[in-house]
Amino acid sequence: MKFYTAKTDAAADRMVVVDDMILTKEMPTAAGSKMLDGYMSLFDAEVVTRLQQAGYAIGGKADVGEFAIDMLGETSYNGTPEADGTLVNASAEILKEGGVTAVVGMDVNGSVRRAAAVNGLVSVKPTYGTVSRYGTIPVACSGETVSVMAKSADECFEVLKAIAGHDDKDGTSLSEEQCAAATAQDAKVCRVAIVKSLTDGVDAQTAEKLAAAKAALSANGVEVCEIEETKLSAARIAWNILMSAELCNNVSRYDGVKYGYRSQNFTNIDELYTNSRTEAFGDLLKTAILFGSDTLSTENYMKVYDKALRMRRVIAEAFDAIFAQYDAVLAPVCAKTAYTTEDVKADRYLSFTENLYTAPASITGLPTVVAGGVQLIGKAFSEGALLAAAKLFEKEGE
Amino acid sequence: MRYETVIGLEVHVELATKSKIFCSCNAKYGAGPNEHVCPACCGMPGMLPVVNKRVVDYGMKAGMMLNCHINRTTTFDKKSYYYPDLPCAYQTTQWFAPVAVNGTVEIETSKGKKSVRIKQIHMEEDAGKLVHDIAEDTTHVDFNRTSVPLIEIVSQPDLSSAEEVEAYLERLKMLLRYAKVAECAMEHGTMRCDVNLSVRPEGSDKLGVRTEMKNMNSIEAIKHAIEYETARHIDAIENGTEVLVQETRRWDDIKGKSFAMRNKETAGDYRYFPDPNVMPVVIDDAWFDSIQASLPELPEEKFARYTEELGLSEYDATQLIKSIALCECFEAAYAVCGNAKDAANWMISEIMSILNKRQMTYDMLSINGTALGELIKLVMDGKVGRANGKKILAAMFEDTTIEPVAYAEANGYVMSNDTGLVEKVVKEVIAAEEKAVADYKGGKEKALMSIFGRCMKELKGNCDPQTLRTILTDTLNKM
Repeated sequence: MKFYTAKTDAAADRMVVVDDMILTKEMPTAAGSKMLDGYMSLFDAEVVTRLQQAGYAIGGKADVGEFAIDMLGETSYNGTPEADGTLVNASAEILKEGGVTAVVGMDVNGSVRRAAAVNGLVSVKPTYGTVSRYGTIPVACSGETVSVMAKSADECFEVLKAIAGHDDKDGTSLSEEQCAAATAQDAKVCRVAIVKSLTDGVDAQTAEKLAAAKAALSANGVEVCEIEETKLSAARIAWNILMSAELCNNVSRYDGVKYGYRSQNFTNIDELYTNSRTEAFGDLLKTAILFGSDTLSTENYMKVYDKALRMRRVIAEAFDAIFAQYDAVLAPVCAKTAYTTEDVKADRYLSFTENLYTAPASITGLPTVVAGGVQLIGKAFSEGALLAAAKLFEKEGE
Repeated sequence: MRYETVIGLEVHVELATKSKIFCSCNAKYGAGPNEHVCPACCGMPGMLPVVNKRVVDYGMKAGMMLNCHINRTTTFDKKSYYYPDLPCAYQTTQWFAPVAVNGTVEIETSKGKKSVRIKQIHMEEDAGKLVHDIAEDTTHVDFNRTSVPLIEIVSQPDLSSAEEVEAYLERLKMLLRYAKVAECAMEHGTMRCDVNLSVRPEGSDKLGVRTEMKNMNSIEAIKHAIEYETARHIDAIENGTEVLVQETRRWDDIKGKSFAMRNKETAGDYRYFPDPNVMPVVIDDAWFDSIQASLPELPEEKFARYTEELGLSEYDATQLIKSIALCECFEAAYAVCGNAKDAANWMISEIMSILNKRQMTYDMLSINGTALGELIKLVMDGKVGRANGKKILAAMFEDTTIEPVAYAEANGYVMSNDTGLVEKVVKEVIAAEEKAVADYKGGKEKALMSIFGRCMKELKGNCDPQTLRTILTDTLNKM
């Protein structure tokens, strides 16, 4: 089992690990793909620089699934991390090993949130634009967010404060004031909604975790109400379209010419492109490339892609309506508390259906805190308040 | 049957910004291979595009020069295709909301005036360059040009002849150069042109089959290609020599023929979609107004002002408005010396002729107009002789920091008002030029010129010719 794709012997009081979607000058970054095996970046990601400036040593790189679109890292070219047939996640295992404050990773399709949920850890996916994406491997740029996973809400908050902030090198980076709002804790979560359609299909243990979180919140004076808003469950399909389309475009730069994996089997440039990509990319990624390419075709753009863009707005408006009355949505992160190698063998595209629970926050860029095996999705810049509320039930998942 | 040619142009113009469109690399043409590159313009993962505001300034300015409507919210989109000179395998361009739409360009040909409609102007990044090494049988990629900002100016199919196309391109060049947004030099590749052409019976309102010729880079080639394609289309229609299909063709200037490159069926699907990494650019009133305020006076407006207000001849005005650099130099010189006619003369008979001799374009003029004005004033005021003035001007071409007043003093070009010195020199020259003096005395008026010339030479030109002539003839006549 391989959890680190690269590890330094850095020893420091405060150490973090970044995942393999985050570029580091000193260590290779492969994004879990054979295509980028051994790739050395010429520059550090902004989050790496900020972590170092805040006094953290970068202890290593946690392995990820290929371009981080899978369930828990099972599509890594290093092999599927598992224990007795149960999928394990590299970042979570590193945290459990101890010695690091947090793992900072790229949440593209919910894998960081799922890893935190199935391992009883805490994670925060901050508001889109509050943490720079400069130096992160691009996949689904319109929604992916640098996220923090740790053993506690306090540690997540501490590391989030180190990495949040405006960055001129990222055109989508929000203003310094907005970024500061994301790490303020003056607001408080008082009213929480559980959206019924987002709790459908979960197993008994997950339902228990949800109930435990609800009980912990209620016991501390937070009002929890059950409401219905079916639009949120449509986020999954729209997100799959947007993510695949952007992924298809972003990974098209990996052609075996300038860097990365190059096939030895070619006689002309078209064969070089085709064979390098055929040999280096995995099945899930290839499927996403084909799907994304199709949604962007002239024939399908208005029928598919443009509709998904409109759905993004509809879902954001649905959240706005909920947040007019509630401070957060309490929801499961995945349908089960554990996944097996058999699960992903039986359904290769599991991460494109199980993201039912993570897609609403991915597509809208809303902040999400996972704790006690469940998540709180809040309005923009409320991650400070969400983390404070999560402390009420972060121990429930253990 | 009589036919008419219907032509629409897509003109790519490199914007003259210092840096590239999405990174801070130098955008200037002419460095060694891959010297102006960074991880961003090489398409390395993890770099994010940050829009160079100056590119939007220039895009807007170009739009305003072409009477376009400016989209107050303009967005960038990705266009996907594989080519070794495109490091990300997508080009960031404007597909859904280009910076400028619905403009017009007025042209004039032997058939009179015509208004050409502009469909849109969009901003985009250029691709790199492939360098084929035939001896080595390899191809090298130079990314210096990658992400250099371009605008693409798309016209409606309003042009109908090679002459109109030439007039249109010349007019575009002039307007964009006046606005100082682009060099527009086809020979440097900073202006390139795709020609869309079809042929139909005269009077018909139905368009014929259209072919596109890509990346034309000289006006002569464009004219030649238009004539060739028109003949080919007519021949196909009249004689059925071939079946016309909508396709992209390559113009071979050496063979004087066009060749099919790819047709509609085999054309790639560019899969345009909005670039999520570039936020929509919102042009507020303050920004819009500041660009509008920076627009130059148009050539026609300058012509009218020069002839009506400054009293220049139409010929002089026509010469000056050929280039914004000439106009600016002239206007600055006039502001200092106060004599428009004199300033125009210096511009036309001295400066333009030096530029022509040196095979420099008028836009390459780097003389400081204020300094030129000071020089003209020195000559006008009789402080420096005209011949010495020209010497100073020649020096100013070599060194643009020269200040004429100081330079004239330092190099002994200041006129002497010392009539004593003039009289002394005249006496010395008369003494030395015995033969010429005898000739003059014998009635040969021409001999005076050589004596006069020698005196002026001894005086290093620093004497008012009239003063010298008076003293010289007085002295001779007294002998």
